[in-house]
Amino acid sequence: MTDLTKMKVAEARDALRKGDVTSVQLTESLLSAIEGADALNAYVHKTPEIALDQAKAADARIQAGDAPDMCGIPMGIKDLFCTKGVPSQAASRILEGFKPEYESTVTTKLFDAGTVMLGKLNMDEFAMGSSNETSCYGDAVNPWRRGNDDALLTPGGSSGGSAAAVAADLCLAATGTDTGGSIRQPAAFTGITGIKPTYGRCSRWGIVAFASSLDQAGPMTKDVRDAAIVLEAMCGQDAKDSTSADLPVPNFEAMLTGDIRGKVIGIPKEYRLDGMPAEIEKLWADGIAMLKAAGAEIRDISLPHTKYALPTYYVIAPAEASSNLARYDGVRYGHRAKLAQGDGITEMYEKTRAEGFGHEVQRRVMVGTYVLSAGFYDAYYNRARKVRTLIKKDFEDVFAAGVDAILTPATPSAAFGLGEMTEADPVQMYLNDVFTVTVNLAGLPGISVPTGVDAQGLPLGLQLIGRPWEEGDLLNTAYALEQAAGFVSKPTKWW
Amino acid sequence: MSIDKQTAARVAKLARIKVEDDALPALAEEFNNILGFIEQLQEVDVDGVEPMVSVTPMRLKRRVDGVTDGNQQDKVLKNAPDAREGFFAVPKVVE
Repeated sequence: MTDLTKMKVAEARDALRKGDVTSVQLTESLLSAIEGADALNAYVHKTPEIALDQAKAADARIQAGDAPDMCGIPMGIKDLFCTKGVPSQAASRILEGFKPEYESTVTTKLFDAGTVMLGKLNMDEFAMGSSNETSCYGDAVNPWRRGNDDALLTPGGSSGGSAAAVAADLCLAATGTDTGGSIRQPAAFTGITGIKPTYGRCSRWGIVAFASSLDQAGPMTKDVRDAAIVLEAMCGQDAKDSTSADLPVPNFEAMLTGDIRGKVIGIPKEYRLDGMPAEIEKLWADGIAMLKAAGAEIRDISLPHTKYALPTYYVIAPAEASSNLARYDGVRYGHRAKLAQGDGITEMYEKTRAEGFGHEVQRRVMVGTYVLSAGFYDAYYNRARKVRTLIKKDFEDVFAAGVDAILTPATPSAAFGLGEMTEADPVQMYLNDVFTVTVNLAGLPGISVPTGVDAQGLPLGLQLIGRPWEEGDLLNTAYALEQAAGFVSKPTKWW
Repeated sequence: MSIDKQTAARVAKLARIKVEDDALPALAEEFNNILGFIEQLQEVDVDGVEPMVSVTPMRLKRRVDGVTDGNQQDKVLKNAPDAREGFFAVPKVVE
């Protein structure tokens, strides 16, 4: 038997049904790989007992016949998802010791389908970051390196642990969440596939909230077919999330034909940034050529408000975060500061939040507080909501003109070194999301697909943006791009 | 718009985050960097544009106003840093 950890979801599904492998065997192989991979700091709470119990149950279900696709598939779960009885900390000190008494809707759906949970995955604190360096668990590490250079690189963020775990074969797939690029940027940095579905596709219930109008869950996988399979299992209407869409979930995998003849692919001129590295330019040009060769029509388009997307995001996301994170007050769950003689409830709140929140989270909560405060609400928050309307309209206009999908780079660079951005102004870090954040503001589906490597051998990804609710068509275009690019590189094991 | 030390202190207070006095100047500078970046939004013509309320056009669902859940006091209190006699316990609020 080949190395089971290297299996993809679709392969494992088929092998499980044929009886070539059991879920227990798959799970045991992955658990032992995880034990040997602490250097990557991808898993922050390992759950081997739960995994083996779930695997045994899945094997019995498969034997009985009629098991769903995800039955017996071992996955890693981002720490942002509340999992019953298992630490769920959003990588924050303020949720230290918190073990939810309930299960998020997305993990409930996965577990009901027979999915196996290997453990909880590292991330940026409250999903605020682009390098996994704001985690209370320490940095997650990218399994990729620059040639023979042993400098540690970021797996991206915020779903950095998810990306590292999938790329290093420490799970067959992982859940991620994406508020401004947190699935797509780490996927691009680690040579894997990640899709953020349309806002409302996945229930947000039980996922620790960051910016509720932007947050969406999605899968991070080894290829596009796996993304289709796992996404289908995660989606669906949920009475517990009033923004979840009451729409049927199609069989996404069945839509992967690879035939994109006649599809119109838009190339937005505003994504051609000044000073963009030549490697990214070339990656993009190559992607355009691949889709053209596959029979798509390439069309130059304009999304005129693109340059305002990041500043809009850095008003709206902190504003929503300041409101969502008000619940961490040291009363109902998590950390409470030790109080001095005479301290009252206000001191309890202030000390608890100062000790519990990391620097970036504090900064964003305070920026959000400022833009929502009396006298600035109109100038900042309301103005940002108006610009958001214009950003969404840019996309509506090009889709109305017949564009089926939009092709852009996923990130402005390959993975950078851990610590390299420490001294930089926070705005420099925010620029990582320049190509992905528009998609969250407009509520659209977006997918990152690895299509090449840079001069140092690091993976690079392209992003495809689709029409709302048309993840199936988007996945099919991504599938055609994946077939043409033929990206098969894997990181060399050093950990 | 420039944020000074006093404004930074006021924002920290509103956010209920304790910031030591000597950390305030650096915090004010960080705010100024971020707000400088956000300032670009002032150049966009937003006359007559509706502020976005919901990214997908939807009517929020309604349901019957009835009890659907409850009777789980133990579970609700399970994660509390300090729970006594079936309540969350906090420092004295009223003198």
